[in-house]
Amino acid sequence: MSRETLNARRLLCPLPVIRTQDRVKQMNVGDHLEVICTDPGVMQDIPTWCRINGHTILEAKTEDGEYIIVLEVGE
Amino acid sequence: MTQFLNKHFKHNNSIMSEQRKAAALISGGLDSMLAAKVIIEQGVHVEGINFFTGFCVEGHTHAIRERDRAQPKRNNSLWAAEQLGIKLHIVDVIDEYKDVLINPKYGYGSNMNPCLDCKIFMVNKAKQWIQENGFDFIITGEVIGQRPMSQRKQTMPIIARESGADDLLLRPLCARNLPETLPEREGWVDRAKLFGFSGRSRKPQMELAQQFDFVDYAQPAGGCCFLTDESYSAKLVDLWQNRGTKDYELDDVMLLKVGRHIRPKSNFKVIVAREEGESRFLEGYKKEFTSLISSSHSGPLALIDGEPTDEDLALAGRIIARYGQGRDAEKVDILVRSQKGLEQTIQVSPFAPDQIAEEWFV
Ligand code: SF4
Repeated sequence: MSRETLNARRLLCPLPVIRTQDRVKQMNVGDHLEVICTDPGVMQDIPTWCRINGHTILEAKTEDGEYIIVLEVGE
Repeated sequence: MTQFLNKHFKHNNSIMSEQRKAAALISGGLDSMLAAKVIIEQGVHVEGINFFTGFCVEGHTHAIRERDRAQPKRNNSLWAAEQLGIKLHIVDVIDEYKDVLINPKYGYGSNMNPCLDCKIFMVNKAKQWIQENGFDFIITGEVIGQRPMSQRKQTMPIIARESGADDLLLRPLCARNLPETLPEREGWVDRAKLFGFSGRSRKPQMELAQQFDFVDYAQPAGGCCFLTDESYSAKLVDLWQNRGTKDYELDDVMLLKVGRHIRPKSNFKVIVAREEGESRFLEGYKKEFTSLISSSHSGPLALIDGEPTDEDLALAGRIIARYGQGRDAEKVDILVRSQKGLEQTIQVSPFAPDQIAEEWFV
């Protein structure tokens, strides 16, 4: 299991979702991805994207004006 | 018994392996949602594709403007996919889309929307996608006569032909008014259960939405993108005219959605934030543009797009001073910062409202 970080700062939705999707494609089931964003829209869009595509949100938090989401890659 | 089981099992397997797969173009609006649902109901495996051109009406401006931040926002295509219970693939076509917008073979609609070329482009991309992903056909939510430019009886075959999708393109909402497509001929879908909607009325779609229990769906007044918006289109044309070239970058696309755009002279324009959220957003561009902000009074951040002279910077300073707390002061200090971070302060007298000419507003 690996853990990777994706810098999606300054990108506006849906670009953070697209970058997340493209990165997840290269990862394996069970891997963790941390996505760091500045658009608050990700707090809604990335969890929705995860739900419909079978990935799990492990953490979603706001820190110093940034939005950080950790997800686990599903099947 | 074993023989029976084998035969039965094999039969089931073959049925399962024969489940046909369709890629649905999901814009986030009601029609594409209904089209996908009609085909899901027929037992076809459907997955959604959404193309991101950069101009799509989604969360951007909400994410930028302070006053919109409190409102709940959602990405309508993701929302639609979740309602439908299907996967959604969002494809970044920002770069490829440039050619569609800059050189549309069939021209523009009432604003800078190249709808027919755009549809051809998207269906063509969907065709490539189904080939790469082992899908059988494509569905869209188009309805004959629904939109003046791209959804007319004459344009339906043009989209099918020029995209290369031909009879792999099925429009479930108006299929009964069109020649049979491959999925219908092969019996993958039952034509009798497709629809024959036509015209501008939204009533049939509303009724079908009710049947499917779809509530709270998106009905964007201006369609699916900023290119149908008059004031956005004017800003895009202004950008091309004054740069002397029909080109753009994603940053341009984003900045056209933000702030007041004021062009006092052809060699530069001033983008003035209208509120706190926009100032914060423009902050992110300080390394790409000369920026101005009042240092003696509170006021908005502004970017300069173009090649201003010192005299032009003073003019820009007078404009932005007009939008800050120092608007009634005799003199306002303006901090000018170059892309490289070099700073200088200039003193200006704010413009009176009538000194900012009407025609400067893009
Ligand atoms: S409204 Fe925009 S996205 Fe929709 S077809 Fe026209 S150009 Fe394309």
